[in-house]
Amino acid sequence: MESVKSAVRIFFRGLGLCGLLLATLVTPTPGLGQVTDDSPHFGASFEDGQRFSLADYNTQIVVFGAGLLGFAAGLVGCFALLRRQALVGDALSHATLPGIAGAFILVSFFGGNGKGIGWLLLGATITGVFGTLVMIGIQRLPRLKPDTSLGIVLSVFFGAGIVLITLAQQMESGHAAGLESFIYGKAASMLRSDAQLIAITALGVSLLVGLFFKELKLLCFDEGFAVARGYSRFWLDGLVMGLVTIVTVIGLQAVGLILIIALLVTPAAAARFWTNSLGWMCLISATFGAAASVGGALLSAWATDLPSGAMIVLMCSGIFVLSLLFGPTKGIIFKSTSLYHPAVSETQ
Amino acid sequence: MTKLTNSSLQNASKDSDGLPLSVEHLTVSFHRKPVLWDVSFRAEPGKLIGVIGPNGAGKSTLFKAIMDLIPKTDGKVHVFGKPFATNRRRVGYVPQRESVDWDFPISALDVVSMGLYPEIGWFRRVKREHRQRAMSSLERLGISDLANRQINELSGGQQQRTFLARALVQNADLYLLDEPFSAVDAATEAVIVNVLRELRDAGKTVLVIHHDLQTVTDYFDSVLLLNMRVVAFGETADVFQAENLQKTYGGMLTLFDEATEAMRHRRKA
Repeated sequence: MESVKSAVRIFFRGLGLCGLLLATLVTPTPGLGQVTDDSPHFGASFEDGQRFSLADYNTQIVVFGAGLLGFAAGLVGCFALLRRQALVGDALSHATLPGIAGAFILVSFFGGNGKGIGWLLLGATITGVFGTLVMIGIQRLPRLKPDTSLGIVLSVFFGAGIVLITLAQQMESGHAAGLESFIYGKAASMLRSDAQLIAITALGVSLLVGLFFKELKLLCFDEGFAVARGYSRFWLDGLVMGLVTIVTVIGLQAVGLILIIALLVTPAAAARFWTNSLGWMCLISATFGAAASVGGALLSAWATDLPSGAMIVLMCSGIFVLSLLFGPTKGIIFKSTSLYHPAVSETQ
Repeated sequence: MTKLTNSSLQNASKDSDGLPLSVEHLTVSFHRKPVLWDVSFRAEPGKLIGVIGPNGAGKSTLFKAIMDLIPKTDGKVHVFGKPFATNRRRVGYVPQRESVDWDFPISALDVVSMGLYPEIGWFRRVKREHRQRAMSSLERLGISDLANRQINELSGGQQQRTFLARALVQNADLYLLDEPFSAVDAATEAVIVNVLRELRDAGKTVLVIHHDLQTVTDYFDSVLLLNMRVVAFGETADVFQAENLQKTYGGMLTLFDEATEAMRHRRKA
């Protein structure tokens, strides 16, 4: 039920963003269609006013990269969801912002290319992991519930990130415009090298999940039994969090830090409606994630001004709603018809 | 880890290398408040032992401390003469049913196979022979026909049987069962008691956290009466009497409450 709750929460977040988008579209924006770097529009692009078609090389890169990202996120999301770490992922992604801005400021200050993706992602990883550790630390304190620590870390780090980004944009050196696309995501700005990075990471993530599938399953289902049988909770949980971190960081560019959590959780929650086997759930979730990412990236590319992160999340939400309704194992329609055979159980 | 993967299926009923379980001066505390205080007892091979005490007496904590799931403040635990970590494979554990998410996407057979994961080892898949062993474990508990059921489609009793099957498949010599009879139906209770007696007769040692005072004399050879300290430990006939129970449950009123609760547990099934 937890999973459904978080998926519903994220679905509403997606809806809210959809409203925001519509409002932005309806409001006459000066110079809409020829967005420039200093446009107030949050979909501001690196490459102004570029249009895409499927035959276009850039589009192919974006579709390829987004698809693999969605695949990896859907796969890892299953374990984040079942291990109830979905909200930790949310704090982690928000905590990447000060790292991105900080890396930009530092690198620009020392005369480097502040927008070098390597530096930005390194900064994102550092503060993201740091934020997660702070959150776990706060949870250890007596009398503080997990949701409290989540609220603290998420807002403080995000706030700090906004301050740093604003500072970065006021800097004379460097060219900070476009940094804010890490917040909402801009798949269209994906370069060949970015797609390659995503491909390598997705491969690595899938490999790790495959290798440790059985142990991760045991940890997520019954932690006490796993530890009693000699498995290290520290290392297995570290593996789950490590995978979530990797996917979050490489997904920042395309999906954005606010919405990346939805790409982790929603496909997994949707997949749960289609199967009762964890293996299938992983495959279905990864497929959903890939499909939603490709669809979202394409829509975003064709409609130029719609942020890709939001489009991807809306696609995810659509898949989730369809699954909620039509999913054969737990979907509403099947459950309310005779096709579903209910538990032969006495409940407590 | 090597100890886990290199399995030697030794069915040692009589062990020369020490008692199945010896707990010496065990103290466990949470936030500086003691939950267990100076607990000592020794469990012999081939015994079915009931662990009895009120809620919050530290029964589950005792099991968790034995298995290093929580840190000990003081004291020593030996399993077949060695620290738990060394003899992990010989200990079968059935956690409280409420401790897991029964909505997890997994079948009963998969849950039972988990008992074999340490033996299968890292990076290897569950093979047909493992599934067959898991299946025969389910058969032993009379629910092999439910092997491919999703676990939330099982009744409370069937879930409990699945958990016990997972502990059995590992072929341990010492079993720790945390409330296996909580909220189960009468048929399940009979099946589980039967299996526990079979284990005992095969020379294994079984510790069971139990709530229903009515059935204690019927089920257990020995009882451990626990309320933070060991109130009494010994043969059921010697130890399980009104005076000790009063000490354990702190007066007749509480005892009455616990007894009613125990009955409620049974009726729920």
